[in-house]
Amino acid sequence: MSDLSTWFQVLLLGLPATLIATVGGIALTVVLSFVAGLALLSPSRTVRVVSRIYVEGLRGTSEVVQLFWIFFALPVLVGFQIVPIWAGVLVLGLNHGAYGAEIVRGAVQSVPRAQYEGALALSLSPAQRMRRVILPQAVVEMLPPAGNLFIQLLKSTALLSFVFVQDVTRQAHDVLIPAFNPYVFPILLLTLAFYLVLSLLITAGMRALERVAGRRLGRVAVGVG
Amino acid sequence: MTWDWNYVADVLPALLDGLRITVIATLLGSLVALVLGLVFAVLMRGPAPVRVVVRALVEFVRSTPLLVQVFFLFFVLPQFGVTLGALVVGVIALGLHYAAYNSEVYRAGIEAVPRGQWEAATALSLPRSRVWTGVVLPQAIPRVLPALGNNVISMFKETPLLIGIGVLDIVGQAREAGNTTFRYVEVYTIAGLLFLVLSYPAALLVRRLERRVVGT
Repeated sequence: MSDLSTWFQVLLLGLPATLIATVGGIALTVVLSFVAGLALLSPSRTVRVVSRIYVEGLRGTSEVVQLFWIFFALPVLVGFQIVPIWAGVLVLGLNHGAYGAEIVRGAVQSVPRAQYEGALALSLSPAQRMRRVILPQAVVEMLPPAGNLFIQLLKSTALLSFVFVQDVTRQAHDVLIPAFNPYVFPILLLTLAFYLVLSLLITAGMRALERVAGRRLGRVAVGVG
Repeated sequence: MTWDWNYVADVLPALLDGLRITVIATLLGSLVALVLGLVFAVLMRGPAPVRVVVRALVEFVRSTPLLVQVFFLFFVLPQFGVTLGALVVGVIALGLHYAAYNSEVYRAGIEAVPRGQWEAATALSLPRSRVWTGVVLPQAIPRVLPALGNNVISMFKETPLLIGIGVLDIVGQAREAGNTTFRYVEVYTIAGLLFLVLSYPAALLVRRLERRVVGT
């Protein structure tokens, strides 16, 4: 039993890095998703093309490659090394932001045309139209796929152990497995449980957000299946 | 430091050899994922205890990192007397992980088959296995092909995490080369481009398939 508590505490030492990567990554993802997603719908062709290149480029290459590129190749080009955890947040945000951009674009496009026309008829400015009419309705559509995206991001934080971030995965792999080799089974099960709990927390948080966003639109909360 | 084409020429064979491993892992992993995912999906419509266990397994696999699952199989299997090569362990881990995702895809396809089809099959008193193979799956699978295709592409881009157990895929080879020469820009840029040239056309193909399926 004392072993179990030791393992738990060692893994716990990795939790701050995992949490920073997850929360920071999600924050950057949200910002980039909106910027790139709205840019995909821009009237300007140049803006659309730039955003499309970002989205396809980041979705088309592997996340591990992106991480290694930013961690090992970029310092050679710019002349300074990024702290591993921030390189991690940057990659997680850039990568998942590309997926999020498609979620934002799809959700905005799913708002019925009549809503645009109504806002136009009320002579709202383009910014008001977006902020007060389109986005509140689009956000409700974005939340369920965004929840899945954030769980993907959480799971991707484990990759940061490749670039020396002392996260939960690295604690398990570098500290516990060499020290307690006969016990890899319970140790890795415990490690997986850490991520399971974090996933469940994200799911619960997103469900709460879905209810709030739905209620603000005057929609009755629908059963989530 | 500038781009060195001679260095590129030196490392390209190793990177292409890594690409071969990446493609093998993706194809074999996808094969496992496609078959096992279908098994999961069918079991999820089975009797209560089976359904609950499979459901829990799928949720668990989907909620935890693939990398940790890879470590799990790599370190735990030998303790049960099963010693496999890193690539084989990787294929199993990729296959299992994406089987969980594919089971959801199949499930959606199966649920989209109208109730009347089940009822008609029952009315014809077809045996259970014939209901699946002759009636339900032939209608369910075509419409989920794009989603399954997307999962193959996702897996392709996730294979590099097998470097965690020493598989020398594209990224594994790039890392080896980078660590010996301390030249990283070329190897990681080429690695990224190799992923892009394969996955982008594949994604376009899947999107075209998507439009065709929606169109029918």
